Amino acid sequence: MIVVQVSMKLEMKDSPGQLVAALKPMSDVGGNIIAVIHQRDPDATDDTLNVQIVLELPEGRLDDLVTMLKKQGVHIQRIGEERLLYQRTVILIGHLMHTDLSDTVDRIDSTGFAEVSELSMSMPAVNERSSSRLTIKSVTKDDMEDAVAILRTVAKEKDLLLIEPLEEIL
Amino acid sequence: MKVAIIGFGSVGRGVAEMIAKKDLGISVTGLADSKSGCIDPAGIDLFRVLEKKKKSGCCGDRNISALDVIKKAPYDALIDVTPTNAMTGEPGLGYVTQAIKKKKHIVTSNKGPIALAYKELRALAEKNGVALRYEATVGGAIPIFHTLGHGLAGNEILAVFGVLNGTCNYILTRMADEGLTYEQALLEAREMGYAEADPSYDVEGIDAAIKLVILANTIWGNGVKLDDVDRTGINLLTPDAMRLAEEEDCTVRLIAEAIPKKGFLRVAPRIIEKSNPLVVDGTLNAITIETDMAKEITLIGRGAGSIETASAILGDLLFIRDRYVERS
Repeated sequence: MIVVQVSMKLEMKDSPGQLVAALKPMSDVGGNIIAVIHQRDPDATDDTLNVQIVLELPEGRLDDLVTMLKKQGVHIQRIGEERLLYQRTVILIGHLMHTDLSDTVDRIDSTGFAEVSELSMSMPAVNERSSSRLTIKSVTKDDMEDAVAILRTVAKEKDLLLIEPLEEIL
Repeated sequence: MKVAIIGFGSVGRGVAEMIAKKDLGISVTGLADSKSGCIDPAGIDLFRVLEKKKKSGCCGDRNISALDVIKKAPYDALIDVTPTNAMTGEPGLGYVTQAIKKKKHIVTSNKGPIALAYKELRALAEKNGVALRYEATVGGAIPIFHTLGHGLAGNEILAVFGVLNGTCNYILTRMADEGLTYEQALLEAREMGYAEADPSYDVEGIDAAIKLVILANTIWGNGVKLDDVDRTGINLLTPDAMRLAEEEDCTVRLIAEAIPKKGFLRVAPRIIEKSNPLVVDGTLNAITIETDMAKEITLIGRGAGSIETASAILGDLLFIRDRYVERS
Protein backbone atom coordinates (compact mmCIF):
# COMPACT_ATOMS: atom_id res chain seq x y z
CA MET A 1 0.00 0.00 0.00
CA ILE A 2 1.19 3.51 -0.74
CA VAL A 3 0.58 6.08 1.96
CA VAL A 4 1.04 9.80 1.74
CA GLN A 5 2.46 11.76 4.62
CA VAL A 6 1.30 15.35 4.63
CA SER A 7 1.15 18.24 7.04
CA MET A 8 -1.68 20.72 6.96
CA LYS A 9 -2.40 23.94 8.75
CA LEU A 10 -6.03 24.37 9.63
CA GLU A 11 -8.02 27.28 10.91
CA MET A 12 -11.28 26.71 12.74
CA LYS A 13 -13.63 28.35 15.17
CA ASP A 14 -12.40 28.28 18.73
CA SER A 15 -15.47 26.60 20.17
CA PRO A 16 -16.12 23.20 21.77
CA GLY A 17 -16.21 20.23 19.40
CA GLN A 18 -14.50 21.98 16.51
CA LEU A 19 -11.22 20.11 16.75
CA VAL A 20 -12.97 16.76 16.97
CA ALA A 21 -15.09 17.70 13.96
CA ALA A 22 -11.91 18.43 12.02
CA LEU A 23 -10.21 15.20 13.05
CA LYS A 24 -13.13 12.91 12.23
CA PRO A 25 -12.82 13.18 8.41
CA MET A 26 -9.19 12.18 8.79
CA SER A 27 -10.09 8.85 10.28
CA ASP A 28 -12.97 8.51 7.80
CA VAL A 29 -10.52 8.52 4.87
CA GLY A 30 -8.37 5.91 6.59
CA GLY A 31 -5.80 8.42 7.81
CA ASN A 32 -3.40 7.95 10.66
CA ILE A 33 -2.73 11.11 12.66
CA ILE A 34 0.92 11.42 13.57
CA ALA A 35 0.90 14.77 15.37
CA VAL A 36 -1.49 17.54 16.33
CA ILE A 37 0.23 20.80 17.13
CA HIS A 38 -2.17 23.16 18.75
CA GLN A 39 -0.83 26.42 20.09
CA ARG A 40 -3.06 29.18 21.23
CA ASP A 41 -1.69 32.56 20.44
CA PRO A 42 -1.98 34.55 23.70
CA ASP A 43 -2.29 37.76 21.73
CA ALA A 44 -5.04 36.46 19.51
CA THR A 45 -8.14 38.55 19.79
CA ASP A 46 -10.41 36.75 17.34
CA ASP A 47 -12.19 33.51 18.08
CA THR A 48 -10.26 31.33 15.64
CA LEU A 49 -7.97 28.43 16.38
CA ASN A 50 -4.96 27.40 14.33
CA VAL A 51 -3.91 23.76 14.35
CA GLN A 52 -1.13 22.04 12.51
CA ILE A 53 -1.62 18.37 11.77
CA VAL A 54 0.71 15.73 10.40
CA LEU A 55 -1.02 12.66 9.07
CA GLU A 56 -0.57 9.66 6.84
CA LEU A 57 -3.35 8.60 4.54
CA PRO A 58 -3.84 6.16 1.68
CA GLU A 59 -2.74 7.50 -1.67
CA GLY A 60 -5.50 9.25 -3.58
CA ARG A 61 -7.62 10.19 -0.58
CA LEU A 62 -6.27 13.71 0.02
CA ASP A 63 -8.82 15.38 -2.28
CA ASP A 64 -11.65 13.59 -0.46
CA LEU A 65 -10.27 14.79 2.85
CA VAL A 66 -10.07 18.39 1.67
CA THR A 67 -13.69 18.26 0.50
CA MET A 68 -14.85 16.75 3.78
CA LEU A 69 -12.95 19.30 5.87
CA LYS A 70 -14.46 22.17 3.91
CA LYS A 71 -17.91 20.71 4.54
CA GLN A 72 -17.13 20.78 8.26
CA GLY A 73 -16.41 24.50 7.98
CA VAL A 74 -12.69 24.06 8.49
CA HIS A 75 -10.50 26.47 6.60
CA ILE A 76 -7.33 24.94 5.20
CA GLN A 77 -4.61 27.57 5.32
CA ARG A 78 -1.85 25.48 3.84
CA ILE A 79 -1.10 21.94 2.74
CA GLY A 80 2.54 20.97 3.03
CA GLU A 81 4.52 18.96 0.53
CA GLU A 82 3.31 15.39 0.17
CA ARG A 83 5.76 12.70 1.03
CA LEU A 84 5.13 9.25 -0.40
CA LEU A 85 5.68 6.26 1.84
CA TYR A 86 5.30 2.62 1.03
CA GLN A 87 3.71 0.54 3.72
CA ARG A 88 3.30 -3.20 3.89
CA THR A 89 1.90 -5.33 6.67
CA VAL A 90 3.05 -8.91 7.11
CA ILE A 91 2.39 -11.61 9.67
CA LEU A 92 5.08 -13.79 11.19
CA ILE A 93 4.27 -17.05 12.98
CA GLY A 94 6.68 -19.21 14.93
CA HIS A 95 8.96 -19.16 17.93
CA LEU A 96 9.48 -15.43 17.61
CA MET A 97 11.01 -14.72 21.02
CA HIS A 98 13.29 -17.76 21.02
CA THR A 99 14.60 -16.68 17.64
CA ASP A 100 15.38 -13.15 18.82
CA LEU A 101 12.57 -10.89 17.69
CA SER A 102 14.63 -7.76 18.20
CA ASP A 103 17.21 -9.14 15.77
CA THR A 104 14.41 -9.86 13.26
CA VAL A 105 13.22 -6.26 13.51
CA ASP A 106 16.76 -4.93 13.45
CA ARG A 107 17.53 -6.74 10.20
CA ILE A 108 14.98 -4.41 8.57
CA ASP A 109 15.74 -1.28 10.59
CA SER A 110 19.50 -1.56 10.05
CA THR A 111 19.08 -1.31 6.27
CA GLY A 112 18.61 2.42 6.55
CA PHE A 113 15.99 2.35 3.78
CA ALA A 114 13.11 0.62 5.54
CA GLU A 115 11.85 0.32 9.06
CA VAL A 116 9.39 -1.63 11.15
CA SER A 117 6.95 1.03 12.27
CA GLU A 118 4.48 -1.11 14.14
CA LEU A 119 4.51 -4.47 15.83
CA SER A 120 1.57 -6.34 17.39
CA MET A 121 2.13 -9.64 18.98
CA SER A 122 0.37 -12.42 20.82
CA MET A 123 2.02 -15.14 22.82
CA PRO A 124 -0.39 -17.93 23.75
CA ALA A 125 1.84 -20.12 25.95
CA VAL A 126 5.52 -20.58 26.61
CA ASN A 127 6.18 -23.41 24.20
CA GLU A 128 3.56 -22.54 21.62
CA ARG A 129 4.21 -20.62 18.47
CA SER A 130 3.43 -16.93 18.68
CA SER A 131 2.02 -14.67 15.98
CA SER A 132 2.94 -11.10 15.20
CA ARG A 133 1.95 -8.42 12.75
CA LEU A 134 4.65 -6.10 11.45
CA THR A 135 4.15 -2.94 9.47
CA ILE A 136 7.13 -1.94 7.37
CA LYS A 137 7.63 1.48 5.86
CA SER A 138 9.97 2.60 3.12
CA VAL A 139 10.37 5.56 0.81
CA THR A 140 10.48 3.67 -2.50
CA LYS A 141 8.82 0.56 -3.85
CA ASP A 142 12.14 -1.10 -4.58
CA ASP A 143 13.24 -0.51 -1.00
CA MET A 144 10.06 -2.24 0.13
CA GLU A 145 10.71 -5.23 -2.15
CA ASP A 146 14.26 -5.46 -0.76
CA ALA A 147 13.02 -5.22 2.82
CA VAL A 148 10.49 -8.00 2.31
CA ALA A 149 13.17 -10.10 0.61
CA ILE A 150 15.33 -9.72 3.73
CA LEU A 151 12.39 -10.78 5.86
CA ARG A 152 11.89 -13.87 3.68
CA THR A 153 15.51 -14.84 4.26
CA VAL A 154 15.20 -14.26 8.02
CA ALA A 155 11.98 -16.29 8.14
CA LYS A 156 13.64 -19.20 6.38
CA GLU A 157 16.68 -18.98 8.64
CA LYS A 158 14.61 -18.91 11.83
CA ASP A 159 11.94 -21.36 10.61
CA LEU A 160 9.15 -18.78 10.79
CA LEU A 161 6.06 -18.68 8.61
CA LEU A 162 5.91 -15.37 6.76
CA ILE A 163 2.50 -14.35 5.44
CA GLU A 164 2.74 -11.61 2.87
CA PRO A 165 -0.12 -9.44 1.70
CA LEU A 166 -1.62 -9.92 -1.73
CA GLU A 167 -0.40 -6.61 -3.09
CA GLU A 168 -0.35 -7.24 -6.78
CA ILE A 169 -4.06 -6.70 -7.40
CA LEU A 170 -4.77 -3.01 -7.19
CA MET B 1 -22.95 -37.42 -30.31
CA LYS B 2 -21.61 -40.65 -28.85
CA VAL B 3 -19.42 -40.63 -25.76
CA ALA B 4 -17.56 -43.13 -23.60
CA ILE B 5 -17.15 -42.54 -19.87
CA ILE B 6 -14.10 -43.91 -18.06
CA GLY B 7 -14.42 -43.73 -14.30
CA PHE B 8 -17.66 -44.19 -12.44
CA GLY B 9 -17.04 -42.53 -9.09
CA SER B 10 -19.12 -39.61 -7.89
CA VAL B 11 -18.17 -37.37 -10.83
CA GLY B 12 -18.72 -40.11 -13.43
CA ARG B 13 -22.10 -40.94 -11.93
CA GLY B 14 -23.02 -37.24 -11.85
CA VAL B 15 -22.19 -36.92 -15.55
CA ALA B 16 -24.17 -40.08 -16.41
CA GLU B 17 -27.14 -38.88 -14.39
CA MET B 18 -27.21 -35.49 -16.11
CA ILE B 19 -26.82 -37.01 -19.60
CA ALA B 20 -29.70 -39.38 -18.78
CA LYS B 21 -31.95 -36.65 -17.40
CA LYS B 22 -31.28 -33.89 -19.91
CA ASP B 23 -32.18 -34.14 -23.55
CA LEU B 24 -28.81 -33.08 -24.95
CA GLY B 25 -28.51 -35.47 -27.88
CA ILE B 26 -25.67 -37.32 -26.19
CA SER B 27 -25.64 -41.10 -25.99
CA VAL B 28 -23.20 -43.13 -23.94
CA THR B 29 -21.92 -46.14 -25.86
CA GLY B 30 -19.11 -47.21 -23.54
CA LEU B 31 -18.65 -47.06 -19.79
CA ALA B 32 -16.03 -48.41 -17.42
CA ASP B 33 -15.08 -48.24 -13.76
CA SER B 34 -11.92 -49.66 -12.19
CA LYS B 35 -13.28 -53.23 -12.19
CA SER B 36 -15.65 -53.59 -15.13
CA GLY B 37 -17.03 -52.15 -18.32
CA CYS B 38 -19.88 -52.22 -20.80
CA ILE B 39 -20.26 -51.37 -24.48
CA ASP B 40 -23.50 -50.81 -26.37
CA PRO B 41 -23.35 -49.09 -29.78
CA ALA B 42 -27.08 -48.39 -29.53
CA GLY B 43 -26.63 -46.48 -26.27
CA ILE B 44 -26.35 -47.73 -22.71
CA ASP B 45 -29.39 -47.46 -20.43
CA LEU B 46 -27.80 -45.14 -17.88
CA PHE B 47 -30.51 -45.39 -15.24
CA ARG B 48 -30.09 -49.16 -15.22
CA VAL B 49 -26.29 -48.92 -14.97
CA LEU B 50 -26.52 -46.36 -12.15
CA GLU B 51 -28.82 -48.75 -10.28
CA LYS B 52 -26.50 -51.69 -10.92
CA LYS B 53 -23.48 -49.71 -9.67
CA LYS B 54 -25.38 -48.80 -6.51
CA LYS B 55 -26.32 -52.41 -5.81
CA SER B 56 -23.21 -54.31 -6.86
CA GLY B 57 -20.46 -51.68 -6.90
CA CYS B 58 -19.80 -52.56 -10.54
CA CYS B 59 -21.05 -50.83 -13.67
CA GLY B 60 -20.68 -53.69 -16.12
CA ASP B 61 -18.99 -56.92 -17.14
CA ARG B 62 -15.80 -57.81 -15.29
CA ASN B 63 -14.36 -59.21 -18.52
CA ILE B 64 -14.49 -55.79 -20.16
CA SER B 65 -11.75 -53.36 -19.12
CA ALA B 66 -11.49 -49.61 -19.48
CA LEU B 67 -8.98 -50.12 -22.30
CA ASP B 68 -11.44 -52.45 -24.07
CA VAL B 69 -14.04 -49.70 -23.93
CA ILE B 70 -11.56 -47.10 -25.23
CA LYS B 71 -10.46 -49.36 -28.09
CA LYS B 72 -13.72 -51.05 -29.09
CA ALA B 73 -16.69 -48.82 -28.32
CA PRO B 74 -17.94 -46.49 -31.07
CA TYR B 75 -17.69 -42.93 -29.71
CA ASP B 76 -16.77 -39.37 -30.69
CA ALA B 77 -15.49 -38.12 -27.34
CA LEU B 78 -13.92 -39.80 -24.32
CA ILE B 79 -14.87 -38.52 -20.87
CA ASP B 80 -12.02 -39.29 -18.48
CA VAL B 81 -13.22 -38.97 -14.90
CA THR B 82 -10.67 -41.29 -13.29
CA PRO B 83 -9.03 -40.16 -10.03
CA THR B 84 -6.05 -37.78 -10.09
CA ASN B 85 -2.57 -39.12 -9.50
CA ALA B 86 -0.26 -36.11 -9.37
CA MET B 87 2.91 -38.21 -9.62
CA THR B 88 2.22 -40.48 -12.58
CA GLY B 89 -1.02 -39.16 -14.09
CA GLU B 90 -2.15 -42.77 -14.40
CA PRO B 91 -4.41 -44.44 -15.27
CA GLY B 92 -5.92 -41.34 -16.92
CA LEU B 93 -2.81 -40.41 -18.91
CA GLY B 94 -2.69 -43.81 -20.66
CA TYR B 95 -6.43 -43.76 -21.40
CA VAL B 96 -6.38 -40.24 -22.80
CA THR B 97 -3.30 -40.96 -24.95
CA GLN B 98 -4.91 -44.11 -26.37
CA ALA B 99 -8.13 -42.29 -27.21
CA ILE B 100 -6.36 -39.33 -28.87
CA LYS B 101 -4.39 -41.76 -31.03
CA LYS B 102 -7.74 -43.22 -32.12
CA LYS B 103 -8.73 -39.64 -33.10
CA LYS B 104 -11.27 -39.22 -30.32
CA HIS B 105 -11.98 -35.90 -28.64
CA ILE B 106 -11.10 -35.70 -24.94
CA VAL B 107 -13.00 -34.21 -22.02
CA THR B 108 -11.34 -34.78 -18.67
CA SER B 109 -11.73 -33.79 -15.03
CA ASN B 110 -8.48 -35.55 -14.16
CA LYS B 111 -5.79 -33.05 -13.17
CA GLY B 112 -2.90 -35.53 -13.34
CA PRO B 113 -2.48 -35.93 -17.11
CA ILE B 114 -3.03 -32.22 -17.83
CA ALA B 115 -0.62 -31.02 -15.13
CA LEU B 116 2.07 -33.58 -15.99
CA ALA B 117 1.89 -33.83 -19.75
CA TYR B 118 0.04 -30.81 -21.10
CA LYS B 119 2.46 -30.02 -23.91
CA GLU B 120 2.68 -33.60 -25.13
CA LEU B 121 -1.08 -34.14 -24.99
CA ARG B 122 -1.81 -30.81 -26.68
CA ALA B 123 0.63 -31.64 -29.50
CA LEU B 124 -0.80 -35.13 -29.88
CA ALA B 125 -4.36 -33.79 -29.99
CA GLU B 126 -3.42 -31.23 -32.63
CA LYS B 127 -1.67 -33.86 -34.72
CA ASN B 128 -4.79 -36.01 -34.61
CA GLY B 129 -7.18 -33.12 -35.17
CA VAL B 130 -9.14 -33.61 -31.94
CA ALA B 131 -10.16 -31.39 -29.04
CA LEU B 132 -8.57 -31.67 -25.60
CA ARG B 133 -10.75 -29.98 -23.00
CA TYR B 134 -10.44 -30.01 -19.23
CA GLU B 135 -12.75 -27.34 -17.82
CA ALA B 136 -13.51 -29.48 -14.76
CA THR B 137 -9.87 -29.67 -13.62
CA VAL B 138 -9.76 -26.14 -12.20
CA GLY B 139 -12.40 -24.33 -10.17
CA GLY B 140 -15.09 -27.02 -10.41
CA ALA B 141 -18.15 -25.50 -12.07
CA ILE B 142 -16.44 -22.17 -12.85
CA PRO B 143 -16.06 -21.88 -16.66
CA ILE B 144 -12.52 -20.54 -16.40
CA PHE B 145 -11.12 -22.05 -19.59
CA HIS B 146 -14.15 -21.07 -21.66
CA THR B 147 -13.72 -17.53 -20.31
CA LEU B 148 -10.01 -17.48 -21.08
CA GLY B 149 -10.30 -19.12 -24.48
CA HIS B 150 -13.36 -17.35 -25.83
CA GLY B 151 -14.71 -14.47 -23.77
CA LEU B 152 -11.24 -13.01 -23.21
CA ALA B 153 -9.79 -14.06 -26.56
CA GLY B 154 -7.47 -11.33 -27.83
CA ASN B 155 -6.59 -10.16 -24.35
CA GLU B 156 -3.07 -10.49 -23.05
CA ILE B 157 -3.34 -12.26 -19.70
CA LEU B 158 -0.99 -10.51 -17.28
CA ALA B 159 -1.68 -12.40 -14.08
CA VAL B 160 -3.96 -14.95 -12.50
CA PHE B 161 -4.89 -15.25 -8.81
CA GLY B 162 -7.09 -17.94 -7.38
CA VAL B 163 -8.70 -19.53 -4.39
CA LEU B 164 -8.53 -23.00 -5.89
CA ASN B 165 -8.93 -25.37 -2.97
CA GLY B 166 -12.29 -25.52 -1.22
CA THR B 167 -11.01 -27.56 1.73
CA CYS B 168 -8.41 -24.92 2.64
CA ASN B 169 -10.86 -22.11 2.10
CA TYR B 170 -13.37 -23.81 4.40
CA ILE B 171 -10.75 -24.24 7.14
CA LEU B 172 -9.55 -20.63 6.85
CA THR B 173 -13.11 -19.28 6.81
CA ARG B 174 -13.90 -21.17 10.01
CA MET B 175 -10.67 -20.07 11.69
CA ALA B 176 -11.41 -16.43 10.81
CA ASP B 177 -15.12 -16.45 11.65
CA GLU B 178 -15.13 -18.60 14.78
CA GLY B 179 -11.60 -18.27 16.10
CA LEU B 180 -11.08 -22.04 15.74
CA THR B 181 -7.58 -23.50 15.78
CA TYR B 182 -6.31 -25.11 12.60
CA GLU B 183 -6.79 -28.56 14.15
CA GLN B 184 -10.38 -27.84 15.17
CA ALA B 185 -11.30 -26.43 11.77
CA LEU B 186 -9.70 -29.41 10.01
CA LEU B 187 -11.65 -31.82 12.19
CA GLU B 188 -14.85 -29.99 11.35
CA ALA B 189 -13.99 -30.06 7.62
CA ARG B 190 -13.58 -33.83 7.90
CA GLU B 191 -16.92 -34.24 9.62
CA MET B 192 -18.56 -32.22 6.86
CA GLY B 193 -16.93 -34.46 4.25
CA TYR B 194 -14.81 -31.62 2.84
CA ALA B 195 -11.45 -33.06 3.89
CA GLU B 196 -9.88 -36.46 3.25
CA ALA B 197 -8.59 -38.70 6.04
CA ASP B 198 -5.12 -37.68 4.85
CA PRO B 199 -5.58 -33.96 4.21
CA SER B 200 -1.97 -33.22 3.24
CA TYR B 201 -2.72 -33.02 -0.49
CA ASP B 202 -5.11 -30.14 0.22
CA VAL B 203 -3.63 -28.34 3.24
CA GLU B 204 -0.05 -28.37 1.97
CA GLY B 205 -1.22 -26.57 -1.13
CA ILE B 206 -0.43 -29.40 -3.57
CA ASP B 207 -3.93 -29.49 -5.09
CA ALA B 208 -3.95 -25.70 -5.56
CA ALA B 209 -0.44 -25.85 -7.06
CA ILE B 210 -1.50 -28.51 -9.60
CA LYS B 211 -4.40 -26.30 -10.67
CA LEU B 212 -2.08 -23.31 -10.94
CA VAL B 213 0.21 -25.35 -13.20
CA ILE B 214 -2.75 -26.19 -15.44
CA LEU B 215 -3.79 -22.53 -15.60
CA ALA B 216 -0.25 -21.33 -16.35
CA ASN B 217 0.29 -23.93 -19.08
CA THR B 218 -3.03 -23.11 -20.70
CA ILE B 219 -2.57 -19.35 -20.61
CA TRP B 220 1.13 -18.95 -21.35
CA GLY B 221 2.18 -22.37 -22.67
CA ASN B 222 5.26 -22.00 -20.50
CA GLY B 223 5.64 -25.67 -19.66
CA VAL B 224 5.84 -25.12 -15.89
CA LYS B 225 5.63 -28.18 -13.64
CA LEU B 226 4.44 -28.82 -10.10
CA ASP B 227 8.01 -28.55 -8.77
CA ASP B 228 8.28 -25.03 -10.17
CA VAL B 229 5.56 -23.78 -7.82
CA ASP B 230 6.79 -22.05 -4.66
CA ARG B 231 4.39 -23.66 -2.20
CA THR B 232 3.43 -23.01 1.43
CA GLY B 233 0.48 -24.72 3.11
CA ILE B 234 -2.00 -23.54 5.72
CA ASN B 235 -1.23 -26.10 8.44
CA LEU B 236 0.94 -23.75 10.53
CA LEU B 237 -1.58 -20.91 10.73
CA THR B 238 -2.75 -19.75 14.16
CA PRO B 239 -6.04 -18.18 15.29
CA ASP B 240 -3.94 -15.25 16.55
CA ALA B 241 -2.65 -14.62 13.05
CA MET B 242 -6.22 -14.55 11.75
CA ARG B 243 -7.14 -12.04 14.45
CA LEU B 244 -4.12 -9.84 13.68
CA ALA B 245 -5.25 -9.75 10.03
CA GLU B 246 -8.84 -9.08 11.08
CA GLU B 247 -7.74 -5.98 13.04
CA GLU B 248 -6.64 -4.48 9.73
CA ASP B 249 -9.91 -5.36 7.94
CA CYS B 250 -8.08 -8.20 6.28
CA THR B 251 -8.16 -11.97 6.45
CA VAL B 252 -5.88 -14.83 5.39
CA ARG B 253 -6.60 -17.03 2.36
CA LEU B 254 -4.60 -19.63 0.45
CA ILE B 255 -3.88 -17.81 -2.81
CA ALA B 256 -2.45 -19.36 -5.96
CA GLU B 257 -0.69 -16.68 -7.98
CA ALA B 258 1.02 -16.58 -11.35
CA ILE B 259 2.65 -13.40 -12.72
CA PRO B 260 5.14 -14.46 -15.41
CA LYS B 261 6.61 -10.97 -15.83
CA LYS B 262 7.64 -10.94 -12.19
CA GLY B 263 8.59 -14.61 -12.19
CA PHE B 264 5.91 -15.41 -9.59
CA LEU B 265 4.41 -18.87 -9.49
CA ARG B 266 3.34 -19.55 -5.96
CA VAL B 267 0.74 -20.93 -3.59
CA ALA B 268 0.80 -19.49 -0.08
CA PRO B 269 -1.43 -18.14 2.66
CA ARG B 270 -1.69 -14.40 2.08
CA ILE B 271 -3.06 -11.40 3.92
CA ILE B 272 -5.91 -10.10 1.80
CA GLU B 273 -8.39 -7.27 2.26
CA LYS B 274 -11.84 -8.56 3.13
CA SER B 275 -13.34 -6.42 0.37
CA ASN B 276 -11.30 -8.28 -2.29
CA PRO B 277 -13.63 -10.41 -4.44
CA LEU B 278 -11.28 -13.38 -3.95
CA VAL B 279 -12.39 -13.52 -0.32
CA VAL B 280 -15.17 -16.07 -0.63
CA ASP B 281 -16.69 -18.16 2.14
CA GLY B 282 -16.65 -21.86 2.84
CA THR B 283 -15.79 -24.26 0.05
CA LEU B 284 -16.32 -21.73 -2.78
CA ASN B 285 -13.60 -21.12 -5.33
CA ALA B 286 -12.69 -17.79 -6.95
CA ILE B 287 -10.34 -16.80 -9.75
CA THR B 288 -9.21 -13.29 -10.74
CA ILE B 289 -7.70 -12.81 -14.17
CA GLU B 290 -5.85 -9.60 -14.93
CA THR B 291 -5.65 -8.67 -18.60
CA ASP B 292 -4.50 -5.75 -20.72
CA MET B 293 -7.93 -4.85 -22.12
CA ALA B 294 -10.56 -6.23 -19.75
CA LYS B 295 -8.43 -5.41 -16.66
CA GLU B 296 -9.63 -7.53 -13.73
CA ILE B 297 -12.30 -10.21 -14.00
CA THR B 298 -13.24 -12.41 -11.08
CA LEU B 299 -15.24 -15.61 -11.37
CA ILE B 300 -16.74 -17.20 -8.26
CA GLY B 301 -18.38 -20.60 -8.00
CA ARG B 302 -18.54 -24.04 -6.54
CA GLY B 303 -15.22 -25.78 -6.70
CA ALA B 304 -16.40 -29.33 -6.14
CA GLY B 305 -19.41 -31.64 -6.12
CA SER B 306 -20.49 -34.27 -8.60
CA ILE B 307 -23.22 -32.29 -10.38
CA GLU B 308 -21.18 -29.06 -10.30
CA THR B 309 -18.29 -30.90 -11.93
CA ALA B 310 -20.71 -32.48 -14.41
CA SER B 311 -21.68 -28.94 -15.41
CA ALA B 312 -18.10 -28.23 -16.49
CA ILE B 313 -17.84 -31.57 -18.31
CA LEU B 314 -21.09 -31.11 -20.20
CA GLY B 315 -20.00 -27.58 -21.17
CA ASP B 316 -16.91 -29.06 -22.77
CA LEU B 317 -18.88 -31.86 -24.47
CA LEU B 318 -21.42 -29.54 -26.00
CA PHE B 319 -18.65 -27.23 -27.17
CA ILE B 320 -17.06 -30.19 -28.97
CA ARG B 321 -20.40 -31.23 -30.41
CA ASP B 322 -21.05 -27.76 -31.83
CA ARG B 323 -17.52 -27.12 -33.01
CA TYR B 324 -16.49 -30.51 -34.38
CA VAL B 325 -18.99 -33.31 -34.39
CA GLU B 326 -22.08 -31.84 -36.03
CA ARG B 327 -20.05 -30.29 -38.81
CA SER B 328 -18.41 -33.51 -39.84
